[in-house]
Amino acid sequence: MTTYYSEEHEWLEVDGDTATLGITKHAAEALGEIVFVELKEAGDTFDKDDEIGVVESVKAASELYAPLAGEVTEANSTLEDNPGSVNEDPEGNAWFYKIKIADVSELESLMDDAAYKAFIA
Amino acid sequence: MTEPQKTPLYDLHVELGGKMVDFAGWMMPVNYALGVAGEHKQCREKAALFDVSHMGQVELRGENIAEKLETIAPSAFTKLPENKARYTFFTNPDGGIMDDLIVANAGDHFFVVVNASMRDQDINHMRGLDLAVVELDRALIAIQGPAAEAVVSAVAPVAAELKFMETTIADLFGAECRISRLGYTGEDGYEISIPNARVVDITREFLKHQDLEMAGLGARDSLRLEAGLCLYGNDIDNGTSPVEAQLNWAMQKRRREEGGFPGAERIQRELAEGPARKLCGIKPEGRAPARRGVEVADKDGNVIGSISSGGFGPTYGGPVSMGYIATEFAEPGTEVDLLIRGKAMPATIIKLPFVQQNYKR
Repeated sequence: MTTYYSEEHEWLEVDGDTATLGITKHAAEALGEIVFVELKEAGDTFDKDDEIGVVESVKAASELYAPLAGEVTEANSTLEDNPGSVNEDPEGNAWFYKIKIADVSELESLMDDAAYKAFIA
Repeated sequence: MTEPQKTPLYDLHVELGGKMVDFAGWMMPVNYALGVAGEHKQCREKAALFDVSHMGQVELRGENIAEKLETIAPSAFTKLPENKARYTFFTNPDGGIMDDLIVANAGDHFFVVVNASMRDQDINHMRGLDLAVVELDRALIAIQGPAAEAVVSAVAPVAAELKFMETTIADLFGAECRISRLGYTGEDGYEISIPNARVVDITREFLKHQDLEMAGLGARDSLRLEAGLCLYGNDIDNGTSPVEAQLNWAMQKRRREEGGFPGAERIQRELAEGPARKLCGIKPEGRAPARRGVEVADKDGNVIGSISSGGFGPTYGGPVSMGYIATEFAEPGTEVDLLIRGKAMPATIIKLPFVQQNYKR
């Protein structure tokens, strides 16, 4: 399994053509205390850059944009009841989606761990 | 763009981990390590210290100050007792609100505090009054919350004797300060005007109290919103009248009847006939916050108003909003829809505030 990162501060843990998607620790910290999460449902498909969710903190609302095209196979519904978990464990239990990737070649446009660390430095 | 200004507490904010942003031309802390919600709860449960030095502090000196102020503001000042403060606003000829402010009778002068963003406008406006208008170069801190009295009176015992909206001069660690028992969080507390040269060490002294923590603009906004207090530029502005904004209580009976202030024609008409729209509390039924600009619709989908301020209320424990609603839908209990991201989300009109004010009267 390889982890990729987007410039929109999402992480993707990829296994073949499936992936788990969430927002990075850096993003969660920048947003502040998260009070609301709105998610797509299993079966929803999306293109790269489509809005695939909303995250609201005490400060502002932020949209979540798809880093590549795919289909939601599972949404983490626990986030809607416990949005604060995104601050606690953004790169673990507070993942947003399990997805099926439409075209794995789109992963090439994403960053690896070292590149993302440099991106946010 | 000119460089944002810094208050005398800027370096201390940075040292204490404040996340600094440009607000109305001033570099101010949004929050510290505790975070917006933590600082908000700190203020409701114990006490929080806010730097509000970006606000304008002005002394008015001369003859007949109260009478002259009454020509630009619809509140009554001629019988305002010495050492009493009053919330008021300047109105424009159309009956809209130019700014809201606090005016105190300080004996031989009046002491005025205006919003940071409206500082220059307000000072120019008061300069038309044939009074000496002296802008003070002093710091201003607010200590707010149920423990504020203990925190401040430990240093200045006179603070405990003040009632809500009373003001006095007192010695704080050897500095002559003006302590006023008021604020904008809905909690009991004080605003303290302090010489610039002393504000850092006095703030550090206060912070030694175990019940006091620093809080930033983020918490200040969620606190005032829960308390149903208007933010200039959001809930009130040059287009909104004080009657629409439900601020009739700040226009005393004599002024309402006699008029004699800018925009009296509209304001008196709205007092007699009722305004076409009213500022209301709006409680979203779901968890999604409804922020400024969100449209409000009736259950048939007709737009009946919009949100002027909204966010998450940490003490209320859910989203809280205020907005202007057509009067026929403004009755508490009315069910409406919020048009958020293209979806209709149910909400209910409520009577403000969301969290009861806790002043020491």
